[in-house]
Amino acid sequence: MPDPDAQPAVVPAPAATAALIEARRLTKRFGSFTAVDAVDFDVARGEAFGFLGPNGAGKTSTMRMIGCVSPVSGGTLRVLGMDPRVDGPRIRARLGVVPQADTLDMELTVRENLLIYGRYFDLSRREALRRAGDLLDFVQLGDRADDQVEPLSGGMKRRLTIARSLINEPDLLLLDEPTTGLDPQARHLLWDRLYRLKQRGVTLVLTTHYMDEAEQLCDRLVVMDKARIVAEGSPRELIARYASREVAELRFPPGVQETLGPRLDGIGDRLEWLPDRVLCYAEDGEAATEAVHARGIRPESVLVRRSTLEDVFLRLTGRSLVD
Amino acid sequence: MAVGARVLEHNLMVYRRVWHGSVLGSLISPVLFLAAMGIGLGNYVNRGGADALGGVPYLAFLAPGLLAAQGMQTAAFETTYPIMSKIVWNKLYEAMLATPLTVRDLLFGELEWLVVRLTIVCSLFLAVAALFGAVRSPLGILALPVAVLTGLGFAAPIMAFSATQRQDSAFNVIFRFLITPLFLLSGTFFPLDRLPAPVQPVAYLTPLYHGVALARALTLGQVDPAAAAAHLAVLLGFVAVGCVLAAVSFRRRLVI
Repeated sequence: MPDPDAQPAVVPAPAATAALIEARRLTKRFGSFTAVDAVDFDVARGEAFGFLGPNGAGKTSTMRMIGCVSPVSGGTLRVLGMDPRVDGPRIRARLGVVPQADTLDMELTVRENLLIYGRYFDLSRREALRRAGDLLDFVQLGDRADDQVEPLSGGMKRRLTIARSLINEPDLLLLDEPTTGLDPQARHLLWDRLYRLKQRGVTLVLTTHYMDEAEQLCDRLVVMDKARIVAEGSPRELIARYASREVAELRFPPGVQETLGPRLDGIGDRLEWLPDRVLCYAEDGEAATEAVHARGIRPESVLVRRSTLEDVFLRLTGRSLVD
Repeated sequence: MAVGARVLEHNLMVYRRVWHGSVLGSLISPVLFLAAMGIGLGNYVNRGGADALGGVPYLAFLAPGLLAAQGMQTAAFETTYPIMSKIVWNKLYEAMLATPLTVRDLLFGELEWLVVRLTIVCSLFLAVAALFGAVRSPLGILALPVAVLTGLGFAAPIMAFSATQRQDSAFNVIFRFLITPLFLLSGTFFPLDRLPAPVQPVAYLTPLYHGVALARALTLGQVDPAAAAAHLAVLLGFVAVGCVLAAVSFRRRLVI
């Protein structure tokens, strides 16, 4: 089991190599509503880059602009060194896209879905069929090749969509919430396949609101909230910057938490009061717990854990429910 | 690079799975209509004297009308639910537009497919009509492209409309209040001058009347070049205007 702390430090998009995606004050408006508000970011070749954020933060709009299917309303965007405004089809020829909802053809078989998609990229039938065979093996659907798509499980459909997105051997793979709605087994299988793609040098750009997914897959990510980018860095950098190393979760019997008042003040780096528990952010969670006990406060239960991106996310985007 | 043809290829790939049933259906309809109405009803019509239809037996009068109407109906069906499905239900256009295909490719690909589909359906119809002895001139073979063009005259504007819809409820209205009345009242079953005078001009404003008149002139071998040119011009006009509208409507819906 490798120590997660021993991960190599993540390098931000190096200036020397041309970025695959370069956005400057990129903006998307729908009428008077601004979905993406002047965001800047770069994605380097070979990177796995994530957009993290609550629903409605502007992640999908950003992805659709990168995918050259949604016109840019303002700012500049370059994808693979080209301008989506003029080179849309040429850029799309080198992209793979996994949309948020599957857009598979239910009237065709699994293999035919890949065949016709390859044809859209102007592959010969022979080449499209050859790649379809390889890709179905890659996503573990080889034995379902001649089945209809409709009865496949959600996870299988998602894997087929990923296989489809790879039919043109893309330089850049765009994944919009790739594992939303999947069960844990299906998610892990999918992560494994994406990780292999990354190791082959495919640049991944994904959106997610699953923190574990972002931590698993992303070298670097930006947190979006209300159409803007509110933080950027590697998962570890973000945790270091916006959370502490550990968190002690203190739970009290009903009614007790409200009576504590300022008695916990000063323990750890920061306290966060949730309806059902108090989160104590600290470098050393055990030490913080001892300090709580030393003040004669007896929580019903204490859980000391490492800080996660989820803590960062909730701190940056707030705890109120977003529709 | 003719990637637009890939959209046609997609339709053909889907059609390959259902063509048996589809062809059978395309044969049954003309057989039933021509037997029941052309021959059955026609017996009574013909007893009234041939003058009313310009000396033409009812079957020969009816068949080209039904042929053009078949073009209209096929086109209307193919451009309502299937188009909505690709935009809203299956979102196949979204998948296609993530590739090098453009909105223009989708539009032309669908129209190419309609030409194929209409040619299949209408040639089956024409063949059945010929077997019934309802095609009285070799020029009748040209009624096939006329029926296809009549279909396209409906297909392009209806596609434009379909791309504006969020759900399929309006399609019922189209079939009930546009397609069915036109089918009955565009000179398909009886000459247009039998209609009340105020209603007649309405028929002139739709592609079906012109498709029926032109197809009939061809199968009967009674072509007046000036009238034929006028009918053809109207049909082409509907296709051209429909294409422009469809391009606008598709772009507005799909490029956001």
